Amino acid sequence: MFFILKVWRQAGPRSRGHFQLFDMDGISGDTSFLEMLDILNNRLVSQGKETIAFDHDCREGICGACGLYINGRPHGPDDGITTCQLYMRRFRDGSVITVEPWRSAAFPVIKDLMVERKAFDKILQAGGFISANTGSAPEAHTTLIARKVAEESMDASACIGCGACVATCKNRSAMLFVASRVSSLALLPQGKPEAARRARAMVAKMDELGFGSCTNIGSCQMECPKNITITHIARLNREFLYRPG
Amino acid sequence: MSAILDAKIPEGPLEKKWTIHKESLKTVSPANRKKMHIIVVGTGLAGASAAAALGEQGYRVNVFCMSDSPRRAHSVSAQGGINAAKNYRNDNDSVRRLFLDTLQGGDYRSREANVYRLAQVSNAIIDHCVALGVPFARDYAGYLDNRSFGGAQVSRTFYARGQTGQQLLLAVYSSLNRQVAAGNVTVHSREQMMDLVTENGQARGIMTRDMVTGRINAYPAHAVVLATGGYGNVYYLSTNAKHSNGSALVQCWKKGAFFANPSFVQIHPTCIPVHGEYQSKLTLMSESLRNEGRIWVPTRKEDVLALREGKIKPSDIPEERRDYYLERRYPSYGNLVPRDVASRAARERCDAGFGVGKTGRAVFLDLSGAIAKDGKACIESKYGNLFQIYEKITGDDPWKEPMQIYPAIHYTMGGLWVDYNLMTTVKGLYAIGEANFSDHGANRLGASALMQGLADGLFILPYTISDYLAGKIGEPCPDTATPPFVQVRGDVQKRIDRIMALKGNVPVDVFHRELGNMMWEHAGIAKSAEGLSSLISRLGALEERFRNEAGITGSQATVNQELEKAIHLEDYFTLAGLMVQDALHREESCGSHFRIESQTKDGETLRDDDRFQYVAAWEYKGQAEAPLLYREPLVYEETRMTERKYI
Repeated sequence: MFFILKVWRQAGPRSRGHFQLFDMDGISGDTSFLEMLDILNNRLVSQGKETIAFDHDCREGICGACGLYINGRPHGPDDGITTCQLYMRRFRDGSVITVEPWRSAAFPVIKDLMVERKAFDKILQAGGFISANTGSAPEAHTTLIARKVAEESMDASACIGCGACVATCKNRSAMLFVASRVSSLALLPQGKPEAARRARAMVAKMDELGFGSCTNIGSCQMECPKNITITHIARLNREFLYRPG
Repeated sequence: MSAILDAKIPEGPLEKKWTIHKESLKTVSPANRKKMHIIVVGTGLAGASAAAALGEQGYRVNVFCMSDSPRRAHSVSAQGGINAAKNYRNDNDSVRRLFLDTLQGGDYRSREANVYRLAQVSNAIIDHCVALGVPFARDYAGYLDNRSFGGAQVSRTFYARGQTGQQLLLAVYSSLNRQVAAGNVTVHSREQMMDLVTENGQARGIMTRDMVTGRINAYPAHAVVLATGGYGNVYYLSTNAKHSNGSALVQCWKKGAFFANPSFVQIHPTCIPVHGEYQSKLTLMSESLRNEGRIWVPTRKEDVLALREGKIKPSDIPEERRDYYLERRYPSYGNLVPRDVASRAARERCDAGFGVGKTGRAVFLDLSGAIAKDGKACIESKYGNLFQIYEKITGDDPWKEPMQIYPAIHYTMGGLWVDYNLMTTVKGLYAIGEANFSDHGANRLGASALMQGLADGLFILPYTISDYLAGKIGEPCPDTATPPFVQVRGDVQKRIDRIMALKGNVPVDVFHRELGNMMWEHAGIAKSAEGLSSLISRLGALEERFRNEAGITGSQATVNQELEKAIHLEDYFTLAGLMVQDALHREESCGSHFRIESQTKDGETLRDDDRFQYVAAWEYKGQAEAPLLYREPLVYEETRMTERKYI
């Protein structure tokens, strides 16, 4: 297959970026999107040119490291996957593919397609945990949790922290990310004692770090590779407003 | 005869060893803990849980990870589950049974006392993870659910959909975050360990490279903990994440930490087969699929051909023309034999010409029976994400036709040699999780990696490291302006300069792929003296070509992923040489280590306990010299060794 790639190049956080065009020929449809970038980078090395920096790691859709804005959508045109799970057979032969980094004030570009997502760590440090010290836990069956509740908690907890929700939101809000952790823990009896403090602290940190507000557009749930829904944002709002404590 | 290593296994009956030992370990008072600095490299289950547990105790901890966040560590890729001896299914499971299964699964090449301890602490891991909010699968009454894994006849595996590793790591990463907020732990992300700093045989700290600015940084500590995972990426194609590498292990090896059983590499039987030249990694289909899936190939070669030509579909082949070879060969364990056994059996069928798929290097994993019996909804709730992964990668619909699978490199049982306290042969340097060699012998059982990572990090290292630190009270943290640090900083800079000076135009990936092919061919599922010997000269020639022809573009003062790859590739060459040497010396077959010269008439592994019942630990003797072998004899005080049988 043949593609024209239009890739965002940026030398560093404070440099001005630009698009660069590459002709990509001889690409098999069974090549993953990131493997296609590998091939491009290898060609660049052979020509003595600097390679395109991008984040990636597990290449099976679970680590959350990769995240490219492809043809105007985070993780590309398919639903429910990360960039590394996107295959070239999904694109039309001869088409132009635009590749950009996540764009958000809270995720500054490090280089080319690589962004800094430390803000997510900081939000979780503000309260995205249950304060159980190692060695202090009671026997696991002391508290029974109905299957439905455990499954719903798992639905929320499927977040891999990739940042697609922020990248697609017109407000650059991190509400779906915050909601996934708050909702997952608030559903479980173990997470309830700290629930109110957790919701407030995480939302305050999100605001402080420059993420926008949520206006219920719902694009985050459209782009979430793990199909997390905005029902969890509703639960976050309830925890934030009504949970006593 | 080479020297003997002392593992410092405590006296006393097996069940009491850890308790007796714990009571004898020294502790550090809370006031003094604040003055003790610990470095933890790696933030997978082992590293993150250790750093969190040490932070909770009040130590000052510096944590390093190569990714942008600790949460990316490769533990997240573990799908299937985590073992524990809870006996919630009332199927007569116990600590002793988990211990025996693990020991037998490892083909009696692991340390009895360590494995027993692992089984002993397994239950507390589940308790702790539930307390941290891991949404484990539960039944309708609210009790925790279990599934079965290979090498066990009981159901002891806890799971969270197909995301068990992700959920466990999220839990301990959250604990780590809590300690960051409390000021006890500092996380250094996008920072890569470049060397270990030692003085008088003791670990003093590490040297790192900031992967964004290229700056070389020195970090001092009273003790260093290595939790950097395994080195399966030597083979280029593996189920490992791309950043997983063996560099920290090699650095520590060169600084005096012995490397144990480097050739013990696990090959996972259920991966999506290789399909192209450009492929960058292999994807695992969880072993849990073997709970319900049946593995088969056609019994007739004409069916194999017709399949390849697209004339028939797998579902067209009637039952009587299918060879469920695992059920045929191993009736009592069937599709749930350990990984090494299943991998070799797949290779045997493919070698015999019954392999399916375009390349003939694949077998079917068929869940159609389970789908018909339990309904699509039920199977989807258990394995839905795996079916989706499969479809995305192959473009085939696994709901209609069986999946094609083939073995792939997955996990390294080998690693830095550690004693019972998890300390390496360098004082104050510890290795935990996959980075050490400890508990899995020659083959790891499924759902035991998560268990071991958390056992080491939560409940073993925090006790044993305190014993070492108790001897350091009053000692200031080392000064990074002293000669040992200055020397290592210079060495690291020289190494980076040398790599940046590579003047060719061939990408690093090309050499890495070639290295991987070579190792897979001759040091993979089956190994022979001839094949291994041939590798020695070929490895040297390839490395030579790498030095002459490789090219690195860009600068060292910014993000440079080509430089990062080259650093790792140099270390993979070192590791490959060591793995080959170890594989050559071990003239027996055990677990995943299959020397074709040593097999039964049925093609099963044939151990040679008289000659090889020991851990092989290798000491680095310099670039030009062969490593020196030390032996730790494996003594089974309370276990009767048997031939490993799954029939």
